[in-house]
Amino acid sequence: MLFKDYDPLKKKRLSILDEKGKIVNKELEPDIDKKTLLNMYKTMALGRIADTKALQYQRQGRMLTYAPNKGQEAAQVGAAAAMQEQDWFVPAFRELNAMLYRGVTLEQIYLYWYGNEWGSHFDEGVKVLPINIIIGSQINHASGVAYASKILKKNEVAVASIGDGGTSHGEFYEGLNFASSFDLPLVVMIQNNQYAISTPRKKATKAETLAQKAVAFGIPGMQVDGNDILAMYVAMKESIEYARSGKGPVLIEAYTYRLGPHTTSDDPTLYREDKEVEMWEKRDPMIRFKKYLIDKGYWSEKEDKALEAEQTKFVGETFKKVEQSGTEDLLDIFQYTYKEMTPQLKEQYETHKKFLEEGGK
Amino acid sequence: MAVVNLLTAINQALDQKLADDPSVVVYGEDAGYEGGVFRVTAGLQKKYGVDRVFDTPIAEAAITGNAVGMAINGLRPIAELQFDGFVFPGYTEIVTHMARYRNRTRGKHGLPIVVRFPVGGGIRALEHHSESIETLLGHIPGLKVVFPSTPYDAKGLMISAIEDPDPVIFMEPKRIYRSGKQEVPEEMYRIPIGKAKVVQEGSDITVVAWGAMMREAEKAIKLLENENISVELIDLRTINPIDEETIIESVKKTGRFLVVQEAVKTYGPGAELISLVNEKAFLYLEAAPTRVTGFDITVPLAKGEMFHFVQPERIADQIKKVARF
Ligand SMILES: Cc1ncc(C[n+]2csc(CCOP(=O)(O)OP(=O)(O)O)c2C)c(N)n1
Repeated sequence: MLFKDYDPLKKKRLSILDEKGKIVNKELEPDIDKKTLLNMYKTMALGRIADTKALQYQRQGRMLTYAPNKGQEAAQVGAAAAMQEQDWFVPAFRELNAMLYRGVTLEQIYLYWYGNEWGSHFDEGVKVLPINIIIGSQINHASGVAYASKILKKNEVAVASIGDGGTSHGEFYEGLNFASSFDLPLVVMIQNNQYAISTPRKKATKAETLAQKAVAFGIPGMQVDGNDILAMYVAMKESIEYARSGKGPVLIEAYTYRLGPHTTSDDPTLYREDKEVEMWEKRDPMIRFKKYLIDKGYWSEKEDKALEAEQTKFVGETFKKVEQSGTEDLLDIFQYTYKEMTPQLKEQYETHKKFLEEGGK
Repeated sequence: MAVVNLLTAINQALDQKLADDPSVVVYGEDAGYEGGVFRVTAGLQKKYGVDRVFDTPIAEAAITGNAVGMAINGLRPIAELQFDGFVFPGYTEIVTHMARYRNRTRGKHGLPIVVRFPVGGGIRALEHHSESIETLLGHIPGLKVVFPSTPYDAKGLMISAIEDPDPVIFMEPKRIYRSGKQEVPEEMYRIPIGKAKVVQEGSDITVVAWGAMMREAEKAIKLLENENISVELIDLRTINPIDEETIIESVKKTGRFLVVQEAVKTYGPGAELISLVNEKAFLYLEAAPTRVTGFDITVPLAKGEMFHFVQPERIADQIKKVARF
């Protein structure tokens, strides 16, 4: 039983695939079919390119603030791949790869960071909630989703994501405590990328690991190598099934690293050393997963090159579409505050429309 | 005299009060080592040490709630919240405790606290990074609410806020943090809280604004250069308490009144100011007092932000309507 072996008080971290792409925990290697494995890899690869390009676009003044995901691909895709179709993903904000894997389109994601409200409108059937900026509050939303699933007997698990910094927030505790007291089908994944903007994880709490916080909720918890996609998949799979079986929530700490800045407005050289970044670059989740796939005979450098070219083109075309969408129109801005505009709002809309039509700015 | 921007002026005020008074502490998410996301507190930790200038976990209720305890026990906390939209997780402590302690303890525990944060739109930011929430704080008895528009005022008001015996909410118009510099004296000086400023004298209409809206009002007045309307422009500077005297005196002179606010319309500060004018200068009015405001909508993300904005053209249009009524 994983939860027993990796009891958070035992100071162990689950890992299966090491930095060289070798299996170090043979009995835990998951049996994932080739198609799924490749889908996981391709999502990570797309995420990496989309991320790099988003940063470039932002530097060119074509994109707004953007929160990069580089380095966290395995944690995100490992978690998403372990979910079943009917499950819900409830994100924080640094979730590009998990969102892509769960069916949110790159166009929608880019629209969001482009500053257009339609970027939070996902296609029918995509069970992903919009990006949540207010730190920690998504844990309560996810717990609520799980409550509804339980009493309506929907067999859906809610998977919520939060940063290491977010675990300082009241709602992290309130939400998990609520879910644990009702045995709700909720899995919370902490993406411990070591920093909350400039504040290192060690300054945010004295707890030795964030996984340990599970103990106080009376639920299982586990620390996992977040750059090891197989370990993430296995840990999340077990947690999600545990939650689905009615035993209550689980807390997973994905131990990972944000290779880029916090957002495009941030300068990480002010608060972290190059040496540290270089060390983590060697642990790049993409490199080790690719090696694993190549060793298995599922992938080749040649295919990788072709994929990169194809995805780069796709990302460029997607962004162009987003750019061409330009700005929203006035009605769009007014009509979603309520189901129906209130009389006051309607008057404000009409007055402003007239003002603009008559040449006002 | 050095010429500095609003951000630097606030940094100077914090620096000088930290030096002047050992009970002053400055803290918030990333406010210590890095100096905050806008760098308003940059350099202070290096100068005053990690006990007096420090980073906190991301937990706004802890940030505001700890200020209450610190102030009760002898400190003068200056707490930074990262953005206007993140005031709300800390709002419960501000409203249910910070604002009430003096009254609750019949004067035994007054709380000399400053809660400061960047406010308002115009920087093409994400959700929850662009709201004007002065109404929600100005409405709470027990709080003073300050909202400067210039570097000079920001420094003088910040020093007054830190020295004030009651909790002061200090709103920093982020849109003009770095734009627009002004001569600011090196030494400490104070601008009284609750005192508005007549920025431009005029005789046809009184226009009141604050924060970033002062710049927009000034642009509007420029647009009207050839219209032969003499505008008296007042910078409110403090949302609560309101400087009634300056406003009423001005309206008695001009007979016309317009409020410019970035905040959404319904129940906003404009409503309060107009009521005040009706109560105290009704017989002097020659036109219905009115307001130009943001709309009653969720502040749009960057691609729709301009629709919510109070643009100079809208202000100018309204000034004309009221002045020519
Ligand atoms: C309630 C609230 N307070 C402050 C912020 C500003 N803020 C945005 S991201 C961030 C740090 C988040 O750190 P962490 O939870 O570790 O996630 P990461 O950014 O590292 O993915 C902060 C403080 C916010 N978004 N919400």
